[in-house]
Amino acid sequence: MSGYAMRDPTAETAAVLRERRPPPADLAGETVALLSISKERSDEFMDALEPLIQAAGVKTIRFKKPTHTKPAPDQIIQDIVASADIVVEALAD
Amino acid sequence: MRFVAVIKEDCPTCKLAVPALAEMRAAGLELEIVTQDEPAFPRGLAPRHDADLLESHRLKIEIVPTVILYDPTGAEQSRTYGWNKADWRAITGLSSLGESLPENQPGCGALNLTPGIAEKLALASGDLKLHARSIPVADDADPIEVAYDRGWTDGLPIVPPTDLRVARMLAGTKRRPDETIGLIPPNLVACTVEKAAINAVMAGCRPEYLPMLIGAIEAALQPEFAMHGLLCTLAFSGPMIIGNGPVTRRIGMNSGGNALGQGNRANATIGRAFQLIIRNVGGGRPGEIDRAVLGQPGKYTFCFAEDESDPDWVPLSVARGVAPGESAVTMFHADGVTGFVDQKSRDPETLCQSLAMQLWSVSHPRLARWGNAVLVLAPNHYQIFKDGGWGRAEIEAGLHRALKRPAAGLLEGAGHPLGITPAQAEAYSDADGMVDKFHPGGLLIVRAGGPGGLMSAVIGGWTGGRNNAEVRPVTRKLEEI
Repeated sequence: MSGYAMRDPTAETAAVLRERRPPPADLAGETVALLSISKERSDEFMDALEPLIQAAGVKTIRFKKPTHTKPAPDQIIQDIVASADIVVEALAD
Repeated sequence: MRFVAVIKEDCPTCKLAVPALAEMRAAGLELEIVTQDEPAFPRGLAPRHDADLLESHRLKIEIVPTVILYDPTGAEQSRTYGWNKADWRAITGLSSLGESLPENQPGCGALNLTPGIAEKLALASGDLKLHARSIPVADDADPIEVAYDRGWTDGLPIVPPTDLRVARMLAGTKRRPDETIGLIPPNLVACTVEKAAINAVMAGCRPEYLPMLIGAIEAALQPEFAMHGLLCTLAFSGPMIIGNGPVTRRIGMNSGGNALGQGNRANATIGRAFQLIIRNVGGGRPGEIDRAVLGQPGKYTFCFAEDESDPDWVPLSVARGVAPGESAVTMFHADGVTGFVDQKSRDPETLCQSLAMQLWSVSHPRLARWGNAVLVLAPNHYQIFKDGGWGRAEIEAGLHRALKRPAAGLLEGAGHPLGITPAQAEAYSDADGMVDKFHPGGLLIVRAGGPGGLMSAVIGGWTGGRNNAEVRPVTRKLEEI
């Protein structure tokens, strides 16, 4: 080794890859969170989707990010975790 | 009582003072002579050679000769530098010291302060400690290829961030290397001044660019800039830096011919360093969280300065609240550059009408208040306004008048599926049923460019700008210049 070295320009953090939870075998008794990212027509998409889910006898609960230009606030994420088992996040334009 | 004298042979004043040093020895004073260059200088006085200059660094020598007096506890009591007969006599207590010498002769610069050496000594002495992980490069490896392999680059080669280069970069700011500038999205990781400096080295910055780079980071991290959203958008946009004030001239930024193009180191590397920080510190990479459908070449670097050479012109930073004469940075969510060519308009009103046609195409000609824009007025177009007695206020007002369209004709479905919604038409229409193209404050006018052509440029803004309560350009005064 010549002793030549460079300083690390990165955050020096290692990403932790977590396995995705397996989808539930059955939706009976589950609650589906419908998260609108607040883009135009996100609500329209959710309005079309929600009755289809409910028709299958599955409970839904609606959430909405304050703005699509920024990440969801922690509070919304925590509320979803606390109240639902499955999330549908809608990107729409 | 003990004395240390630091000298170098390549200094006429040190040579002049040699007899005085000999007198001090002859008078029985305890004197150590430290020579910076020639090990045997001065002959016969048994000097000690400060070969690595670490002792000079530790003693904070700036001028040679320097004579330092220590008290019996070893603490420094006083020092004198250069040759001054009275001062040397006072510090040594020898009333006839240097009788044959002139009264005064200024000293020379110390070798330890030679440009490039000071930072080496700061590292070697441990005064400057770098905290980033040190990545060894094998003898047979090319550091530039190592940087590619590690995913550190934007696709172009980088300057390897060695300790010495990083130390020299850090000399460009008075901020401490471990000071946190802010949390860089998307991973919201703290960016220290040192991390910024490492990326600035890689981008090719000179140390004097660092304050503007740090100012740009601070501006981009204001919540209203929505840097996270700008990074992950499907749209073309990337961060664009506009410099204002004395610092832009001092560091040689280009505000003239080809200001939006290649060839100027400050423009090229400050913008690039910013993007490398987003990539490397924040973890924002294309194909990952950067979801751009096409992107645009300004995402490598997009940085220029405003032409402030006309005292009649109100610079962008001043129009946005920074005091005249202060240096500032404006961050804008920029799509690419669209050329505007009009060689026929000869008066301000006609030119405004013409510019409005081009400006209406930002985002889409049938959308209103959908994205912001920067109008870069080049000198020959600006001259038409100036000849007509128009300054910034008149140009802004003239463009505002010219940028109104009937809401009814823009409604979605009115001739084309794309358009403003009825709700937008309701919200945006004035009493005459007209809508503005831009949100209030959404059109930024800046002067740049070279003479010779009746042309200007429109830089369209990110579609995220349609939410002007959430997404706005940011202008900040540079605290350190």
